[in-house]
Amino acid sequence: MSLQELLTIFISAVFIYNVILSRFLGLCSFIAISKETKPALAMSSAVMFVIVMSSAITWFVYRFLLLPFGLTYLRTISFILVIATFVQFVEMVIKKLSPQLYRAFGIYLPLITVNCAVLGVAVLNIDMFFINGKQVAGSFYYSVFQGACVGLGYTLAMLLMSGIRERLELCNIPKSLKDFPLAFIIASILSLSFMGFSGFKF
Amino acid sequence: MKNLIKEFTKGIIRENPTFVLVLGLCPTLAVSVSVANGIGMGIAATFVLLGSSLIVSLVRDFIPDKIRIPCYIVIIATFVTITELCMKAYSPVLDRSLGIYVPLIVVNCIVLGRAEAFACKNNLASSFYDGLGMGVGFTLALILISAIREFLGSGQILGHTLFKGFEPVFVFGMPSGALLVIGLLLGFFNLLKNRKT
Repeated sequence: MSLQELLTIFISAVFIYNVILSRFLGLCSFIAISKETKPALAMSSAVMFVIVMSSAITWFVYRFLLLPFGLTYLRTISFILVIATFVQFVEMVIKKLSPQLYRAFGIYLPLITVNCAVLGVAVLNIDMFFINGKQVAGSFYYSVFQGACVGLGYTLAMLLMSGIRERLELCNIPKSLKDFPLAFIIASILSLSFMGFSGFKF
Repeated sequence: MKNLIKEFTKGIIRENPTFVLVLGLCPTLAVSVSVANGIGMGIAATFVLLGSSLIVSLVRDFIPDKIRIPCYIVIIATFVTITELCMKAYSPVLDRSLGIYVPLIVVNCIVLGRAEAFACKNNLASSFYDGLGMGVGFTLALILISAIREFLGSGQILGHTLFKGFEPVFVFGMPSGALLVIGLLLGFFNLLKNRKT
């Protein structure tokens, strides 16, 4: 594990292959919740927390359960179950410990179960850091780090988008382009500008 | 019988999952680079939708209300795994070009949405036609988007060049082109709807 590799993961997860703008993971929540900055930030922090934790958990599940027993074909089922259970668990804990935070997260927490970004990162980690059924050295740290970076990329895109859409509220928009269509067109322009990072190499 | 036909056709136009309900866009945008990919993804999603609708409507009386979502997810994930393994075995090329978006059918909102909104309340026959209609609607939407993108992005449809001397606009093969196409299409369908009313 070297600093250079970590930097490569960081740049590619946050900018070059941004989860939303170039991989299209978590697009539904991105379009639905990016109308104002505050809920957008609450959602991004919830997503980031769940992605980091689920990257760690799914790594353990894959490494110590699925690989040794030759059950790798159960990857999809086991991962989505683990993630769903984890989200439910987090929801219960937050409800008990801090009702205030629970209210802030609101409906966003259960929504994360069906957020493609979480499962997508888990599957991506396995594809990248387990080659031919063998783990790459330091794969656990890489997985968790990549999870954190993807969460950062999600937050970045959410912030940019909600900032733009807040200003759009005051504009005069053609009736048929209101809400969803315009959001997609803005996302397209954002994604175009993120393409500028694709030449970056270390 | 008339009712069943209605369940089938509503998914294609009136409640089209992509353009009207705006559900399950992640795979729609990611794989619509070429028409072949779009058809492959559409068929895979239709199979999962059909299978999960059938099973969910069969077991709807036995599942306790509180844990229904995890149960639906397990049922859906089973069908996704079947699809994944079949695709790996019979068409590895398609599997490679769809990549991680095949396992991601599990979290496609259309599938869970139909299980939750329709299959858990209706009998076997209507759930079957509902699933089939939604699947066909999804596939048609995918074909439309990917045809536009493949034509503008590489000047081809299904690998055949249409016009000689057409200079492709590469950006339509990129992620930002996908977002632009879906945004304009949604706006266009809204315009049609507004005209009608």
